[in-house]
Amino acid sequence: MENQADFDRLVSPLRKTTWRFYAVLAPLAAVVALGLYAYYVQFTTGLGVTGMNNYVSWGLYISDFVFFIGVSHAGTLISAILRVSGAEWRKPITRMAESITVIAISVGALFPLIDLGGPTRLLNLVEFGRIQSPILWDFISIATYLTGSLLYLYLPLVPDLAAIREQQVGGPIRRKLYGFLAMKWRSSPSQKRRLKRGIAIMAVLIIPIAISVHTVVSWIFGMTLRVGWHSTIFGPYFVVGAILSGIATIILAMAVFRRAYHLERWIKPLHFRNLGLMMLALELILIYFTLSEYLTAAYGSESADTEWLNSLAFGPYAYMFWGMVAGGFLAPVFILALTRVKSIAWLVVAAVCVNVGMWFERLLIVVPAMATPQMPVSWGTYTPTWVEWSITAGAIAGFALLYAVFSKLFPLVSIWEVSEEAPAPEAVPEPVGEEVAQ
Amino acid sequence: MPQEEKEGDGPATKGTLDRRKFLKMAGIGAGAVAVLALGSKFLADKIVPAIQDPRLRGSSVDSWVMLIDLKKCDGCGKCTLACQQAHYVPFNQPWIQVYTVTDDTGGTYHLPRPCFNCRNAPCVHVCPVGATYVDPDGTVLIDHTRCIGCRYCLAACPYNARSFNWTEPTYPPEALAHAYSPEEPWPTHKGVAMKCMFCAHNARKGQLPECATGCPMGAIYFGNENEDAVTNGMGETLPFRSTLQNQGGFRWKEELGTDPRVYYLPARR
Repeated sequence: MENQADFDRLVSPLRKTTWRFYAVLAPLAAVVALGLYAYYVQFTTGLGVTGMNNYVSWGLYISDFVFFIGVSHAGTLISAILRVSGAEWRKPITRMAESITVIAISVGALFPLIDLGGPTRLLNLVEFGRIQSPILWDFISIATYLTGSLLYLYLPLVPDLAAIREQQVGGPIRRKLYGFLAMKWRSSPSQKRRLKRGIAIMAVLIIPIAISVHTVVSWIFGMTLRVGWHSTIFGPYFVVGAILSGIATIILAMAVFRRAYHLERWIKPLHFRNLGLMMLALELILIYFTLSEYLTAAYGSESADTEWLNSLAFGPYAYMFWGMVAGGFLAPVFILALTRVKSIAWLVVAAVCVNVGMWFERLLIVVPAMATPQMPVSWGTYTPTWVEWSITAGAIAGFALLYAVFSKLFPLVSIWEVSEEAPAPEAVPEPVGEEVAQ
Repeated sequence: MPQEEKEGDGPATKGTLDRRKFLKMAGIGAGAVAVLALGSKFLADKIVPAIQDPRLRGSSVDSWVMLIDLKKCDGCGKCTLACQQAHYVPFNQPWIQVYTVTDDTGGTYHLPRPCFNCRNAPCVHVCPVGATYVDPDGTVLIDHTRCIGCRYCLAACPYNARSFNWTEPTYPPEALAHAYSPEEPWPTHKGVAMKCMFCAHNARKGQLPECATGCPMGAIYFGNENEDAVTNGMGETLPFRSTLQNQGGFRWKEELGTDPRVYYLPARR
């Protein structure tokens, strides 16, 4: 370690924990406990405690599933696409992004299980799984994605773990854990060569895997004959939205941890600006996809399409739909354009808008299509119950909780990668007018 | 004439390419594409039939069909009642539902909708565990011991023919004493999909479905497609194919390609 002061700053969250951390943790844990209790109620009584019914038979859980798997695309973009394209500035944020990926998949993959009517018969999927069903495609691709992402998070951790072990960070149990995970890393040239090779292979592999995951998620809907779902652009439409919400989430994580752990030296306005520009670009692509999806249905005006669109634009979903368009699509574009992506505080506002908007976008894909009548006169209605809201809130809190715990166990910035960065700091010009978050 | 291409990182000699070499590489490339294409075609021919579930294809001499004469239906709902009593179906999830349809002229007619037992059933295709399947007579059945309750079949069915046991169903003692089977699915439990199963238990005994027997108008006919005859609850038998042809028989949302086993004769205006 060339610079002991840098090292100490980056591992200081691992060394000492103040009351403030527990003050954040406690309410999160309480919300998670509420979610667990809600699931207990659902498990014992049945899915009847939710607002779902025979018309709208998928609701919040499936939207949450799509949303969280979308958020997990953060890591793929930052640490894989940027690594493959050789963007050096990514180095300080790769680990934050990849840990979002692993945690978001873990939380998101729970939702199909929460949504099951017969969770005790889950193993039938293994025994009798039919590869012809898109649900099995999903099962396979998400399992592959989780495995790949865990490996891809773990590999670049190895040199840092070895350094942490050497510097005697943490108590005896944690030291054992670090020692075990560091796998006898000694920074020998052959070890370094193999590590770089492994990371490079994973970076290439994880991109098609991530794209396949959200494509397959979209195909669960796209493969049915339902109005509003049976669309050929669903694959790319879902993937673009996924990367967008992934970027928004990494921006929020950067802003929070930069301030909480004093990472200003590594996480710079440059990172916010570059990610803000990407978020703007993807938001525009998403608007384009949304427009082509809805305009094609509206102009063709098949009667079922018209009914579905009317329910979105003027019917029971109108407030949500136009709220999403204004708050989730247009507001971030205007904020990013007017501030010219220079203000971190405004960027955080835009990222919150994007994520809330994306959550509603997922909900508005799942629910109105199910509620649209398929037989004469049978509009479905759906109002989520406290059980569904509690489990949703529990999942969001659980995501934050796992992230906070991760930040206390492992350094959030890849220490060996940023210390390699030393030459040519002036390669990219720093934007002017830094504003500190909040 | 050798030409040097300067690649960014690689050694310059790697980029040389003369005409002969170019033609050779192009030939190899075209050959490889042809071999790959033929190989893929061969594999597709082998694999696609292999992964099609044999349970999806009926193979018995019986092939049940239902014909509902909308002219006769007055929307009394006795078919629903007979079905629910015979099969202990919960009140709020009827297996045969009677819709009232308003047509283009402003007139209304009644449309009883059992499960259409589609020959190309979307619910059977999407089931991840093969819990819903086609029996040899062509009837779509559900095995509740296998169903995991993902409700993909509810989402996939374009006719809302399926319902879900959202909570534990209640049964009278005689139903609880009965042994569950996919053909006689009671008593069953929460967290599984339910639907009409063409009274598979009756059909095997040569009896009509409960809804056909229960219809006071004799609007519901049932029979074997291979015998080309359908019979209603009043014992009236019609020739199946010629009745469809002569009286404008149709199927609901035929354009979706699900190939339903339930046929309708149009309502009289």
